[in-house]
Amino acid sequence: MNGTGEDGEVPGDARWAFGTGFEDPLHGVVAELPPGVDGAAVAGVCVALADDALVGAQRLAEWVTCAPELEIELALANVGLDLLGQARLLYARAGQVDGSGRGEDDFAYRRAAEEFRCLRLTELPRGDFAFTALRLLALSCARLALLDGLRGAADPVLAAVAERGVTEVTYHRLFAAEWVVRLGDGTAVSRGRLRRAVGEAEPWLAEVLDDEVGAEWGVAPGAVRAACAADWDRVARQSGVPLPVPAPAGGAGGRAGVHTPHLPGLLAELQGVARAHPGASW
Amino acid sequence: MNGTEGVDGGWPLFEVFVRGKRGLNHVHVGSLRAADARMALTHARDLYTRRNEGVSIWVVRSADVTASAPDERDPFFAPSGDKVYRHPTFYEIPDDVPHI
Amino acid sequence: MATEADERELRAHFEETVAADRRVEPRDWMPEAYRATLVRQIAQHAHSEIIGMQPEGDWITRAPSLRRKAILWAKVQDEAGHGLYLYGAAETLGADRDDLTRRLLEGRQKYSSIFNYPAATFADVGVIGWLVDGAAICNQVPLCRSSYGPYARAMVRVCKEESFHQRQGYELLWTMARGTAAQREMVQDAVDRWWWPSLMMFGPPDAASPNSRRSMAWRIKRHSNDELRQRFVDMTVPQADRLGVTLPDPELRWNEERGHHDFGTPDFAELARVIGGDGPCNAERVARRTAAHEDGAWVREAAVAHAQRRARRTDDSGVAR
Repeated sequence: MNGTGEDGEVPGDARWAFGTGFEDPLHGVVAELPPGVDGAAVAGVCVALADDALVGAQRLAEWVTCAPELEIELALANVGLDLLGQARLLYARAGQVDGSGRGEDDFAYRRAAEEFRCLRLTELPRGDFAFTALRLLALSCARLALLDGLRGAADPVLAAVAERGVTEVTYHRLFAAEWVVRLGDGTAVSRGRLRRAVGEAEPWLAEVLDDEVGAEWGVAPGAVRAACAADWDRVARQSGVPLPVPAPAGGAGGRAGVHTPHLPGLLAELQGVARAHPGASW
Repeated sequence: MNGTEGVDGGWPLFEVFVRGKRGLNHVHVGSLRAADARMALTHARDLYTRRNEGVSIWVVRSADVTASAPDERDPFFAPSGDKVYRHPTFYEIPDDVPHI
Repeated sequence: MATEADERELRAHFEETVAADRRVEPRDWMPEAYRATLVRQIAQHAHSEIIGMQPEGDWITRAPSLRRKAILWAKVQDEAGHGLYLYGAAETLGADRDDLTRRLLEGRQKYSSIFNYPAATFADVGVIGWLVDGAAICNQVPLCRSSYGPYARAMVRVCKEESFHQRQGYELLWTMARGTAAQREMVQDAVDRWWWPSLMMFGPPDAASPNSRRSMAWRIKRHSNDELRQRFVDMTVPQADRLGVTLPDPELRWNEERGHHDFGTPDFAELARVIGGDGPCNAERVARRTAAHEDGAWVREAAVAHAQRRARRTDDSGVAR
């Protein structure tokens, strides 16, 4: 991207707004699956994590032009763009290893709701800023623990994507945690809204704590639950609003394609233009 | 903003300094608003380094900056104004000496 | 209190600084009218960035590919960032962002009237990038040499970042123009709707722009409205040809003698109407911004309350624990 600067003093960076440190997370990573690794199973975990990221990003995108302050607008966009980036890499990987040859947009735009594998917490309507911060905290803590384990996945591409994701999601967790603390420790209004957000999220948290999706790929059993319990406890103590850690729930959920009624509506908006123009190129 | 629980005033202004890469000074890049210094740091990260422009950020409340008198003609700067040897252009170097 | 002689000397020094193309910095003495003109212009520019997020922002959730979704989101985010750089520059002149926001919401400060037009299809995203950002870049590049330092520096950042905005727009149109027949129609339709409003972004003709002359003397502005409009037309015509779209102006043709394109006169009466509040989306744009500001008040207040409480707890170390 950056040519050598003509002035020789500040190469490239002075002419382009891009700084240094842009790296392809897959640079130098061997794309071939090691022998004995099941491609369909790799695709499964990739799609689940990509769906979480895409649907989560879509809800964050609903904040555009509506954030409580311009600085928050910037922050939410950064989080959303990180997630979108992760989704794209993971879909691309899924299409490579599942034998279908599908690209990122095939996964995002040409699947029905029941084919999505996202956690149901990601699908719930955008809500207010308290719900957004709380949901982002819950999802980021869990995702961070998953990605941390997946760095040891047998698929080198998945491991590389997880490696990059850990850095990004660590920041998402920080951003969300700081806001949950601020709202809990803020005014009576913000505390009330945070409490209500916790109540709205609670029925969907058991699913978030389940880490079976990463079980074969380096995520230690119980790792997500343990990490979330520790994180949420720390945040709850600072914010003064308790965050429940529900017991495992039975029954099929988002990872099995069972979704809330909110997902079809979200997908209709996400996929509408693409589906209205079959054969178009963008 | 309405005062609730003794809340008054909006978010204060912070000045932001970014170290572009290792080996360089922190440079003033602009300002932003935040409720506290910690928030100012995350806002600075999100606003001023969203293209990876920096490796380190300082924030300081604008109200805490003590500045010299306004004008560069001010006596405050006069002492160095005549120390022309501090300026690289003081030294005549043949054009064909590279990278100086 | 400065005496009259002091003020004369300060003014002479200010004029000399500007004439020598040096920068005026925040704590320098400056004529009140210079300060007021700058605050008005920078605030209007900042408001335009923020309101300008709306027409395109609505397409982020609907973008037809993940690549386009990411590009568009990053672009709209940049606009929020540019708004912040500019509010920051205005604050160096003693303006207060809350106050500027209030003026915007109350209709006491303007934003670029271009953003009062709707973005009807996804092709509009491309055309906004190509034409609207293209026109904005024509306006903004000279402002990187504006006499007021913080404004000039903010504009350097803005212009560097905008380089991708126009390119992504053109690239989108380029791709669509090579897609289906329906896509080609969408592109031409969007060009038809945005061409004249884009030309109006340069403001009224020079003869009817009373403030321009003084702004140019102070080097807040570097070129006249008509000069910039001509530059934009000359730049855009070959790009349109290459794209295979028709610019909707029967009078548009190359004038060999002038070395520029001749073009029709934009409907400046319409411009005045839209500036006056009677555009297709004026009310909607301000209502959205107002709602965001009001709905967010409890969040901003909570942050202040928490900061105050923590400051008491941690003896004002700011970064606590």
